[in-house]
Amino acid sequence: METKMEAIREGYGRGVINIAKKDPNVVFLDADLAMSTKSIKAKEVDPERHFYSGISEQAMIGEAVGLALTGKKVFASTFAIFLSRAFEPIRQSICYGNVPVKLVGSHSGVHVGEDGPSAQMTEDISIMRALPNMNVIVASDSVEAEKATEFLLDFDKPCYLRTGRNKVPVLHSDNYKFEFGKANVLKNGNDATIIACGVMVSIALEAAELLKKENISLRVINMHTIKPLDKKTVVNASKETKAILTAEDHQINGGLGSAVAEVLAEKNLNVNFARIGMNNSFAESGKPDELFEKYGFTAKHLAEKVKTLL
Amino acid sequence: MKHKTENAEELKELARQIRILILKMTSKAGSGHPGGSMSATELLTALYFNTLNLDSDNLKDENRDRFLLSKGHCSPGLYAVLSKRGLFPEEELINSFRQTNSRFSGHVHRTTPGIEMSFGSLGQGLAIGSGMALSAKLDNKSFKTFVMLGDGEMQEGMIWESFMFAGFKKLNNLIAIIDRNKCQNDGYVAETLEIDPLDEKIKSFNWNVIEIDGHNFEEIFEAFEQASNSDKPFAIIANTIKGKGVSFMENDPQWHGKALDEEQLKKALKELGG
Repeated sequence: METKMEAIREGYGRGVINIAKKDPNVVFLDADLAMSTKSIKAKEVDPERHFYSGISEQAMIGEAVGLALTGKKVFASTFAIFLSRAFEPIRQSICYGNVPVKLVGSHSGVHVGEDGPSAQMTEDISIMRALPNMNVIVASDSVEAEKATEFLLDFDKPCYLRTGRNKVPVLHSDNYKFEFGKANVLKNGNDATIIACGVMVSIALEAAELLKKENISLRVINMHTIKPLDKKTVVNASKETKAILTAEDHQINGGLGSAVAEVLAEKNLNVNFARIGMNNSFAESGKPDELFEKYGFTAKHLAEKVKTLL
Repeated sequence: MKHKTENAEELKELARQIRILILKMTSKAGSGHPGGSMSATELLTALYFNTLNLDSDNLKDENRDRFLLSKGHCSPGLYAVLSKRGLFPEEELINSFRQTNSRFSGHVHRTTPGIEMSFGSLGQGLAIGSGMALSAKLDNKSFKTFVMLGDGEMQEGMIWESFMFAGFKKLNNLIAIIDRNKCQNDGYVAETLEIDPLDEKIKSFNWNVIEIDGHNFEEIFEAFEQASNSDKPFAIIANTIKGKGVSFMENDPQWHGKALDEEQLKKALKELGG
């Protein structure tokens, strides 16, 4: 059976339609790129509840906060990179003010492709994770993005949701239930574990197939909530398998890999460990598949790395 | 309890007492921002003792007017006014301002009674006020949103993003008050990065603008009256004097972010009749 492919942001667009229909109090803000982030879908439900701040990301954050402080449920989105333009207003007004604005960053990671490093946001998980009061979700496919969006409607804390531009395999069925803060073990295994997020989850599943041919049993965990991190699932993997590899389309510093490493170190868990991601460097323009090949993000790379840990 | 007075003598007396409180709390703390609190004293007094629709017994009333202190470092001025409105005891304020475990953070924080939003990093209040004003329009609510900005704060790019947005959206329920005291942390605004012609700049973003003496209650009330009948967002450029009320503090940028020592405080209180 051929795998269905869909961009993660398409799922956000469906989530937007669902929550806009469900709750007349939810509003959507974009700087300019609503057609790309997919929150333009809100206009199909009610054109009066979608706003452009203009290409003024800092003001967009302030406007989102003002709307939220006066009782609106607010989703503000742009490319992940451009949210970081407003880092300090996010810190001051959303996080320190503790105002439950939902931020949605699309076009994340090297997977953005041809636009190159100026658009390939590979530091957002790290930045958002560092902020007190901020929560962080990375959707692995369009279904998860849709379900996470529905979850966030009534979530009364600040949260960042990372989506993505290009098509990836759809892993989840329509009846998937998103559980905030609880990792999904997509495949059980007892030799090694890959803990992945976002576009790397489907690649980790491919790696499991490759390793199976070599009689290596791989556990694959979709760590969709980076903050708060599901520590228990990490601890279990460290005790029940011999190695842990993290995989993220992001810098290895400060993101999923760092979050997992913190758990392993603080709990004195002795397990072979490595991180896949960008290592203190920028990628370049190119087709996503070619960039993933060049920068070591393919199933083959992951499988080889796992073998070095065993 | 609501408060609405137009009695000029009563307001002047309140302003005098508020300046005394500002100086006492900053000197007790040994730090803080007295200069910009004293330039804004009449504006804050007029808002909280006349103009804002605010019930001190029902601070969360969703129809209340909103006031945002975008120049959040001028917390002493706002705290003093709120304590005069009876939200917390003056003694507690003087003794605990800026201290560990206090309700009174160095820069305003929304966990303090009567403080709508946390500020302290400049440039953000007008955007948040725009969001509030937009929200009121969406819900057909009649509350107004007032945002107090510093004149040095006009150098922040985010402010102009917000002037553009509010003008474009015709948010005539939004009022910006610019405390034009002409000083900033390191010196004079005109020598750091001049913002004039401020009125023309703001007008060109589709706002109505009035320039007043920010220490004159009559002019302040006239400006608020005009603001409430405006077809566009309304900016009040309030010409003020940094450190107003104490001779040796007036127009001296050093009192932007420095408290008076014990001797200076005595001298200042004497001038203020404290």
